[in-house]
Amino acid sequence: MSAISASEKVDGFTRKSMRKAQKQRKSQGSSQYRTHSTPVELSPLPQLKDAPSTEQQELFTQKLQQCCMLFDFFDSVTDLKSKEIKRATLNELVDYVSTNRGVLVESAYPEITNMITTNIFRTLPPSENPDFDPEEDEPTLEASWPHMQLVYEFLLRFLENPDFQPSIAKRYIDQKFVQQLLELFDSEDPRERDFLKTILHRIYGKFLGLRAFIRKQINNIFLRFIYETEHFNGVAELLEILGSIINGFALPLKAEHKQFLMKVLIPLHTAKGLALFHAQLAYCVVQFLEKDPTLTEPVIRGLLKFWPKTCSQKEVMFLGEIEEILDVIEPTQFKKIQEPLFKQISKCVANPHFQVAERALYFWNNEYILSLIEENIDKILPIMFCSLYRISKEHWNPTIVALVYNVLKTLMEMNCTLFDELTSSYKADRQREKKKEQERDELWKKLDELRLSNPALVQNNSHGLLCNKTLVLLR
Amino acid sequence: AAEEGGPCQSKMAGADGDDSLYPIAVLIDELRNEDVQLRLNSIKKLSTIALALGVERTRTELLPFLTDTIYDEDEVLLALAEQLGNFTMLVGGPEYVHCLLPPLESLATVEETVVRDKAVESLRKISQEHSPVDLEVHFEPLVKRLASGDWFTSRTSACGLFSVCYPRVSSTVKAEIRQHFRTLCSDDTPMVRRAAASKLGEFAKVLELDYVKSDIISLFTALASDEQDSVRLLAVEACVSIATLLPQEDLETLVMPTLRQAAEDKSWRVRYMVADKFSELQKAVGPEITKNDLVPAFQNLLKDCEAEVRAAAANKVKEFCENLPEDNREQIIMTHILPCVKELVSDTNQHVKSALASVIMGLSTILGKDNTIEHLLPLFLAQLKDECPEVRLNIISNLDCVNEVIGIRQLSQSLLPAIVELAEDAKWRVRLAIIEYMPLLAGQLGVEFFDEKLNTLCMAWLIDHVYAIREAATCNLMKLVEKFGAEWAQNTIVPKVLGMANDPNYLHRMTTLFCINVIVHCCGYPYREITTKQMLPVVLKMSNDQVANVRFNVAKSLQKIGPVLDSNALQTEVKPVLEKLASDTDMDVKYFAQEAISGECLSSSTIVDKLNT
Repeated sequence: MSAISASEKVDGFTRKSMRKAQKQRKSQGSSQYRTHSTPVELSPLPQLKDAPSTEQQELFTQKLQQCCMLFDFFDSVTDLKSKEIKRATLNELVDYVSTNRGVLVESAYPEITNMITTNIFRTLPPSENPDFDPEEDEPTLEASWPHMQLVYEFLLRFLENPDFQPSIAKRYIDQKFVQQLLELFDSEDPRERDFLKTILHRIYGKFLGLRAFIRKQINNIFLRFIYETEHFNGVAELLEILGSIINGFALPLKAEHKQFLMKVLIPLHTAKGLALFHAQLAYCVVQFLEKDPTLTEPVIRGLLKFWPKTCSQKEVMFLGEIEEILDVIEPTQFKKIQEPLFKQISKCVANPHFQVAERALYFWNNEYILSLIEENIDKILPIMFCSLYRISKEHWNPTIVALVYNVLKTLMEMNCTLFDELTSSYKADRQREKKKEQERDELWKKLDELRLSNPALVQNNSHGLLCNKTLVLLR
Repeated sequence: AAEEGGPCQSKMAGADGDDSLYPIAVLIDELRNEDVQLRLNSIKKLSTIALALGVERTRTELLPFLTDTIYDEDEVLLALAEQLGNFTMLVGGPEYVHCLLPPLESLATVEETVVRDKAVESLRKISQEHSPVDLEVHFEPLVKRLASGDWFTSRTSACGLFSVCYPRVSSTVKAEIRQHFRTLCSDDTPMVRRAAASKLGEFAKVLELDYVKSDIISLFTALASDEQDSVRLLAVEACVSIATLLPQEDLETLVMPTLRQAAEDKSWRVRYMVADKFSELQKAVGPEITKNDLVPAFQNLLKDCEAEVRAAAANKVKEFCENLPEDNREQIIMTHILPCVKELVSDTNQHVKSALASVIMGLSTILGKDNTIEHLLPLFLAQLKDECPEVRLNIISNLDCVNEVIGIRQLSQSLLPAIVELAEDAKWRVRLAIIEYMPLLAGQLGVEFFDEKLNTLCMAWLIDHVYAIREAATCNLMKLVEKFGAEWAQNTIVPKVLGMANDPNYLHRMTTLFCINVIVHCCGYPYREITTKQMLPVVLKMSNDQVANVRFNVAKSLQKIGPVLDSNALQTEVKPVLEKLASDTDMDVKYFAQEAISGECLSSSTIVDKLNT
């Protein structure tokens, strides 16, 4: 909100004080309580375990209905008694569905889903902190969590109950239900997202008919996150679910899945908050490559296309992911991408940020990568040589210089003749490059002169256009 | 023969110079350079390359190359998409403009939103350069291809192109375009529906009224009840355009049900959008519907449970009231709006209060003097005492409109104490903000009032213990002098400033010098008497100060004063002092003294001398 930046102009300290105020106000976010009518006071019902078995079902339904009453947690003093009754009832319900067999009769399904829907499905409130930085700031916690947690718990136990029948439940746990569930993944409260993750995973496992729909909706959420809003709190959780989904994909991979990899997962790497979900994302990518190694080339090319230009922290993450990929790469696939890949690695090695350079140089500690490099030393050494040779003399960080010496030594041992050739032609090569650069400058100078000497050309033409237009009008 | 052939050959090379000087291979090499930055540079100069190649080869060689090599960094693609929008002349004018469509079509399908948007922008631009025939032969098929593309990106791009070709094509093609738009409005992908919803208003504007009623309204209703709130809120935007297009008598049946529903949407984002667009909506639906429907809707938005929505609505309070029908405007405001406004003054959220504070003062012009004094002044006062500085500032920065209504005396009695209180706030940044409003206040209140009530404050800031405040106070003096003139400065400011030259605190003595610098700057030559007679002696005397910082600031001041002094004063009074300072024991004093001596005023004749001759 612009209000913050404006007040910042006035007082640089407001921001901090506002943050503090927010912390005090924490756990107030909730759009849950939107009914303006005051809730009716709840009166306690008898315990389920005390009821005769013939009445239990009826009592179960009554309790479910009782739990549809929503309370204002923004106000911590009202309805204390009713809140406590609802909490106790929810606890009892959780216990009831997790320990008893035969309680999930067909007529209970709509009552159960209605209770869940009423309690958890809501429009998430606007963020308390408009520039919420998930890495830095404390999340706003859900105010009604004391009840909501139990409702989530109940939903989970319901899904995990041995008597649970998807064929009945699918009438209620349908596309709309899943859609609303997915929207809740944007919740700022990590406790809520954690429950959602497990629940969605169970639903995906039990409802075969919803699988394609769930994947498509996750797709849409990610695309919106990447290309429209850059904001969604539950990316990591969704990726975690996807990791296990991908694991179960049948071979050969469907075109839909490949498209998901190339058009969604790879572009996800461009997100500003990559650090928050990179581990899960890299896991998904590697899962794909283990399934189908022929995807290696497009994936690596994709990563190279989105290689971070200014953010060193992200660059380190990319290098980490590349190493994970190289760990599982097939030698034939390696040959296909070694040139563009090592051009990038050679740039990273020469990066003035020592963490980036260091991360790239660590590749040489990996036995498998080392064997791949050795196999292709004729191709890789000429690419790497220039950067390594230069920074061995120039890099400001002594650790990097030491690492570079080791790498140069390893490379030299792999192909001594080539190494000597490159050393002796180093200067000549640099000069050739310089000359090329000069030629380019010359070319552009000439082109610019042409442009300057030719404004008349453009003007004449545009004049011509005007004439044509006038003619059309006159006719 | 060789000797004869030489010049002849070079002549020939010159004749078809284009080919030998700028072979396409070399240029294309530049566009393919491995270094992204160089590639980007080349793309940004694409027009130069095209110029070098000439229109023919641009069409036959460059454009096909560009179309084929669309896979690149988004940064490069963005530059390319932008360049192509200005390429008409470089391909040979409007009759060849359709050559640009293939590369732009590919660009309109890429994932990255900025590239796609730029490609669409360029396509929209060059669509105008197509003849009606070319539009149907080349442009419209492109739109159709995009609209039925597999991946959502092309369909999203298509949404932005319908409205530019619709007005200029035959009625059969028009029908097709409407059909395509309809399909995209119910697309499977929310991204596409959002794109369609965001272009709905624009498309409605180019449609014939009958089709607006038959087609657009149903699409509007559908999008406004989409399952995703991100789609619904875009429909609110379209609502403004659609309502503007329809005759008054159709609004109630065609638009209002949807608008009412949006104002009470369960998602705060949609309600926020309604609040944000409220003035536009109000104008679009006219006074009658405003009275019956929008007033209660606005009240609800002001009382919304989400602060975001309340803030957006609070921002619109003044505009909404201003645009109410005049016959019962006052009554509506007093009975319906003002009670809500009163509640917002003590809202729990500071963004809401500050949004309100930025517009609330505007109500006084609408409600007149008596209402302002009775109903609004207490609210202003409450906001002026708000704990949040931004709320207070928003009030202060709009004082002028209240001044016009209730007059300066009223204002000073009621609001001034609060302002004075802020001027002494414990937080220096708050004081700083108040200082920045002083020139504005001074202008609004006039010199007499200023001298009486505010002058002491302004002088007190000069000896504030925070440098930033003293600096701002000095700058404030300059602005005051600019407003009230040199004579005022001479009588009110100068004596007090010069008095500080004897202050025991060297920081205050320096402030004297800083003030002198700005006063000289403002009064300038016409009032040089003040400078020579009153200020110069003080400055010169301070050159004996025991604190080096004061002495080198004397040197700096003398350099600034120099231009308004005559050469006599410079030579006999200033120069000796500077020379003495130039041999000071302190390095900095020496430095600045030498700076001043070598400055132009002492070495050459001064402005004053020039004016005298």
